[in-house]
Amino acid sequence: MSENTPENGHPTATGPENGAHDASADPSSVDAYAGQIAVFSAEQPLTLECGENLSPFQIAYQTYGTLNDERSNAILICHALTGDQHVANDHPITGKPGWWTKMVGPGRPIDTDRFFVICSNVIGGCLGTTGPSAINPATGKPYGLDFPVITIRDMVRAQAMLIERLGIDSLFAVIGGSMGGMQVLQWAVTYPDKVFAAIPIATAAHHSSQNIAFHEAGRQAIMSDSDWHGGAYQDFRVRPHKGLAVARMIAHITYMSEQALQRKFGRNLQDRDAFTYGFDADFQIESYLRHQGFTFVDRFDANAYLYITRAMDYYDLRTEEEHLLADAFRGTETRFCVVSFTSDWLYPTAESRHIVNALNAVAANVSFVEIESDKGHDAFLLDEPEMFSTLSGFINSAAWQRGLTPAGEGA
Amino acid sequence: MIDPMIDIPSIKDRADLALIVDLVKAESRALDVGCGNGDLLATLTAVKNVDGRGLELSQAGVNACVTRGLSVIQGDADKDLSFYPDDAFDYVILSQTIQATHRPRYVLEELLRIGRHVIVSFPNFGFWKVRLFLLWQGRMPETESLNQPWYETPNIHFCTIRDFVILCEELGVHIDGAYAGKHGQSFKAITPHNQWANLLAEDAIFLLRRK
Repeated sequence: MSENTPENGHPTATGPENGAHDASADPSSVDAYAGQIAVFSAEQPLTLECGENLSPFQIAYQTYGTLNDERSNAILICHALTGDQHVANDHPITGKPGWWTKMVGPGRPIDTDRFFVICSNVIGGCLGTTGPSAINPATGKPYGLDFPVITIRDMVRAQAMLIERLGIDSLFAVIGGSMGGMQVLQWAVTYPDKVFAAIPIATAAHHSSQNIAFHEAGRQAIMSDSDWHGGAYQDFRVRPHKGLAVARMIAHITYMSEQALQRKFGRNLQDRDAFTYGFDADFQIESYLRHQGFTFVDRFDANAYLYITRAMDYYDLRTEEEHLLADAFRGTETRFCVVSFTSDWLYPTAESRHIVNALNAVAANVSFVEIESDKGHDAFLLDEPEMFSTLSGFINSAAWQRGLTPAGEGA
Repeated sequence: MIDPMIDIPSIKDRADLALIVDLVKAESRALDVGCGNGDLLATLTAVKNVDGRGLELSQAGVNACVTRGLSVIQGDADKDLSFYPDDAFDYVILSQTIQATHRPRYVLEELLRIGRHVIVSFPNFGFWKVRLFLLWQGRMPETESLNQPWYETPNIHFCTIRDFVILCEELGVHIDGAYAGKHGQSFKAITPHNQWANLLAEDAIFLLRRK
């Protein structure tokens, strides 16, 4: 696997020696990387599921294309755990192309010549949207662990406030993979009349025990780093690099399939002909994982990682009373296109099938495609022609039903 | 109004599909079980402005349908019909598929639960050429409609028109229409119990309703 391979919502970061900036150490400097920023003052608090109000807060976002006069052509893209708003432009910190340039752009399945595309950094994130590294107005210091625990629904509510701020009543489509797919489903459940078409990719309707287990291992790695300081590391002007890197390494394994690992790395040795009989990175896979871990810390905040993984763990669309997923979708008029990948073992096809069965049970309009790929969970970010062709078909048909003119025709 | 995103396939050489399109009322909701590459669904959507959905076993067929802009999911008629609610559709269509299901009786019951009207088409094993093939050659029949050897065919539950009518009676189903013909040519209405129809029809199409 090359170092340029995007993984889980991001182009691979370059190391500090290549001029990367330490984006999350100083919260005030992050705004420079944010793109556009929407500020919500004390009069517009975000009421969180945990009961607290987050206020004031801001959302960093990017847009592409032009909103039409009817304001009917907006597509919201929801990013994954370690993704951000830079979906189709070069990343301001790493300088690498946006994380979904194959999907989003002129002439792409999400055609920016035709649609107005919005992507915002989630609440709790670390690239301009208010998160644990932001300044707590009550103390004048970074929130750290005083930041309230957020949920997927909180992320979606914040996005809804942004969409309203942009003057958009209803979205033509909401699309995203992995945690982005969770937000897509949450949008369809929380704001059914604001979502014309929903495209959840490589995702699930709740986090499984195994999903939570992997996240907990990552969080423990961060919290056991002596530089973490109970989450107050910014006060000590250090960061828990080692713990965050290990968390990233653990997570990265879950994004790849066993087949792809075997194909790309096998048991190949890294720049050597024989074992060193030590604990250096003898194997290529070790070297690759270490690289993934140590470059990740340049662009991601450890506390943000804790908060966002927690949000995913708490996520469960099933109703509290009956534990029925179908009830969450009852009465929906949204068109769904559910996508999964054959080699994704993090959010396997069976999880998508649960979603499809629930949608069928309420006679919803749903398409479901499983894409043959050996690239594991990360396939949704990669070059998968069948994903592009099926999504183009779905999006074009939905656009016609929405009364949107095909690209290159009419006004 | 015709969705320009959906290409209308040529069904000139598919009299069975043309008849099914005729049987379905415009503006209705229809589920095509075993929709293949979506030719029938695309035609129903384009010609009758039907709100159409599909269920298809092969993933390649599903992906082809979704690429055409049709709402189709991967699934198995033997297992996945149970997820649909009662009366979810005006029409449920099972075209040239019932003979390939493991539990045809159960599938038919499920179709009648999900849809207010059910359209079933199947190759008639009572067709004279089929009977003669078995009689004279002593081998499993191969005809234009049934053109695969016994060890290759997905068809595991053949029936004759008479068998199908008896099953409908057992299930207490009302037969609103029965048609016989050859799927490449033309279909005409028949009396379901007519033994000559059972002898002369290569293919049969039934329009059913719960009593």
